[in-house]
Amino acid sequence: MLDVVSFVPRAVAQSVPLLYGSTGEIITEKSGNLNLGIPGVMYVGGICGVIGSFLYERSLANPSDINALLGILIPVCCCLVGSLLMGLLYCFLTVTLRANQNVTGLAMTTFGVGFGNFFGGSLIKLTGAQVPSIALSATSNLFRRALPFASSLGWFGQVFLSYGFLAYIAFAVAFAASYVLENTRVGLQLRAVGEDPSTADAAGINITRYKYVATCLGCMIAGLGGLYYVMDYANGVWSNDAFGDRGWLALALVIFTIWRPKVSAIASILFGGLYILYVFIPSGPAVKELYKMLPYVVTIVVLVISSLRNKRENQPPESLGLPYFRENR
Amino acid sequence: MADRQLAVRMRGITKEFAGKVVANKDVDLDIYRGEVLALLGENGSGKTTLMNMLSGIYFPDSGSIEIDGKPVVIASPKDAFEHGIGMIHQHFKLVNVFTAAENIVLGLKGEGKFDLAAASERIRQICDAYGFDVDPNQKVYDMSVSQKQTVEIVKLLYRGADILILDEPTAVLTPQETDKLFAVLRNMRDDGKAIIIITHKLHEVQDISDRVVVLRKGEYVGEMLTAESTTQEMTNMMVGRQVSLNIDRPDVEMDYRMERIRVKNLTVKNADGVTKLDDVSFTAYTGEILGIAGISGSGQKELLEAIAGLQPVDSGSIEYVVDATGDHEEVEQLIGMDPVKIANMGVVLSFVPEDRLGMGLVGSMDLTDNMMLRSFRDGRSPFTDRNAPRHLAELVVDELEVNTPGVGTPVRRLSGGNVQKVLVGREIAAAPTVLLSAYAVRGLDVNSSYLIYDLLNRQKGNGVAVVYVGEDLDVLLELCDRILVLCGGKVSGIVDGRTTTKNEVGLMMTKLGGGEA
Repeated sequence: MLDVVSFVPRAVAQSVPLLYGSTGEIITEKSGNLNLGIPGVMYVGGICGVIGSFLYERSLANPSDINALLGILIPVCCCLVGSLLMGLLYCFLTVTLRANQNVTGLAMTTFGVGFGNFFGGSLIKLTGAQVPSIALSATSNLFRRALPFASSLGWFGQVFLSYGFLAYIAFAVAFAASYVLENTRVGLQLRAVGEDPSTADAAGINITRYKYVATCLGCMIAGLGGLYYVMDYANGVWSNDAFGDRGWLALALVIFTIWRPKVSAIASILFGGLYILYVFIPSGPAVKELYKMLPYVVTIVVLVISSLRNKRENQPPESLGLPYFRENR
Repeated sequence: MADRQLAVRMRGITKEFAGKVVANKDVDLDIYRGEVLALLGENGSGKTTLMNMLSGIYFPDSGSIEIDGKPVVIASPKDAFEHGIGMIHQHFKLVNVFTAAENIVLGLKGEGKFDLAAASERIRQICDAYGFDVDPNQKVYDMSVSQKQTVEIVKLLYRGADILILDEPTAVLTPQETDKLFAVLRNMRDDGKAIIIITHKLHEVQDISDRVVVLRKGEYVGEMLTAESTTQEMTNMMVGRQVSLNIDRPDVEMDYRMERIRVKNLTVKNADGVTKLDDVSFTAYTGEILGIAGISGSGQKELLEAIAGLQPVDSGSIEYVVDATGDHEEVEQLIGMDPVKIANMGVVLSFVPEDRLGMGLVGSMDLTDNMMLRSFRDGRSPFTDRNAPRHLAELVVDELEVNTPGVGTPVRRLSGGNVQKVLVGREIAAAPTVLLSAYAVRGLDVNSSYLIYDLLNRQKGNGVAVVYVGEDLDVLLELCDRILVLCGGKVSGIVDGRTTTKNEVGLMMTKLGGGEA
């Protein structure tokens, strides 16, 4: 049978990048921008954090001298700046120049993955290591530090308290995003922009500003997902293409949760669990790939069910993917 | 009138689109408080554009706007609110998945915590004061058209607007709802608010307005006091020449008159299982215009689509009488037949939806290509024939006075009325035996509408069975030989257009008239 106490922490660890990605994308999509560049943004977020901490670690004579505050702040800031630039690029193309959002997003994913692999490869060359990866163990230790008494609390500590700080921030951000979207003036206005921009415009809401801010903020949140993956989940080891299809899974999660970040907090754990189920159920290599398919199957099922129900609240934002131009005739 | 207080003064307003199309040229306009001003003009005469500049949607290329004597710059809808200007657009500016209250407070700054409950309370107070009926917690997608309009008006009042602009507010209302709206407008006028109403319906202009300003081709041509002028004078000023305002209803002399379409006990359910048509029976004759009246969404669309073969039918029969001489009668059952085959038999459908481009025309294709949508199946060659459609397009442009740079212009670039002429012109050119036309004059100005009525009458004279679904009861009464009134998918009666009254039909539309239902 499934060992719940060891399964849950692994599912949660697996879920955090997905949760960051989906929260970021939900905020973005609520503004009417369909950012398919999220996988690329998460890649860029990850590699920017790696570059920052790599340079910082290299500047130290001995990696164990690492300053805890700087060791965390440098990669986080690099990650945020990198993802912000991606967000600005996407907004400039789709909002200011009104380029096609699907094409822009897909191009950004290709770009982001290439960017990550290029700089990842360069850094690996710089280290001159034999293995094709960079290990940033000192930084990773900072990111993975859990509460000191967690291990003394038995199963409770293992299930709830065994994670690094970025995991808790992911859940906090998701619930905060839900609260803002549902209960505040800003949230109402953001949803109006994504549903019906000409109405929002007539109501005196600055469409361009909302789209820019929501998309850039969404990208920054998603970028943290990439950072968490490298620094915490992967123990500070960057190797090219290791991030895999988690970005697409985050996009699937957006649909699965019907654009609700707080649902995403739970659903991401479900997805994370499905993603690693093969480890816990004895199976051959062929079946393993089938198990990895499960999150997507679940998404398709949800898509079918939600379109059958045809409830207006469960539909995507009405103007999702469409550019807005006030004087369009 | 000496104590009139000037609210808005617009001077020399000019606006061009894409550097070519001049929407407004050097327009001067004064708006007073405590007055209802009607803005008249043909389609594309720049009424809506002018008002959009006042409400901050567009920005004028040149000219000045003064409010209460102070020059202002209105660069965005927000600026307009701050000056107390509010506009109700032709297409409602409401977010469908939001509640009434959420829509009403949308975009407001407000102090302190975001409190929908308090907002709902204020909405109820406004509703009580003016006699509106709005549930703040109802979702917009659950509302009828007139409820949505009420929400729009409450939204403006909530924001403290005292200069209200209404763009064709009655286009989608029943006569009873229109009366209710006008009563509210008069209340607000007496309250000292300035009201501008854009409409094509001259009898409504007579009914509600104090003063009329006429625009033609984007320019100001004149104004008059409503009380001192007739609809004839208004039309003449609008069109720029003498126009006859009577709709003809010629009596068609024919060798024989026969039944063309026989609908018996037709019942139609939509995809969700909701009954849209319930036991509908009627007969359409050749050489006759059969009008169909009803509140929008009473089953008009389903009825026409069922006849054209586009709508699955649950029960009943639709018979097409091919030929009837003496005792012999040749009949074809239309239900279950392929729509293309039905169209080839001469049954054509021209449906003008609210957004005009939704059915029948492709916005990004030019006139010729749109004509081809009907004829591309003709002939055996794998290549399409572009000559015939081009000639047809030229003919339609010529006969219906379509205002376009050429037949190579994408339909999307034309103004709404011209788009409609292209659609109706194409359907009529198919030389039909049955012409199903829905909302053919939706949003059209007087002059273009009369061209369409003429066309329909000509078809009637040719022995075509015309089915005309319309919104304007006055037109239905003048144009149609018989009027079938639908109410909630049921036939509430068929009346003679020559003898019935507007009131009778209006009541039947809301079922109060009884009839068979």
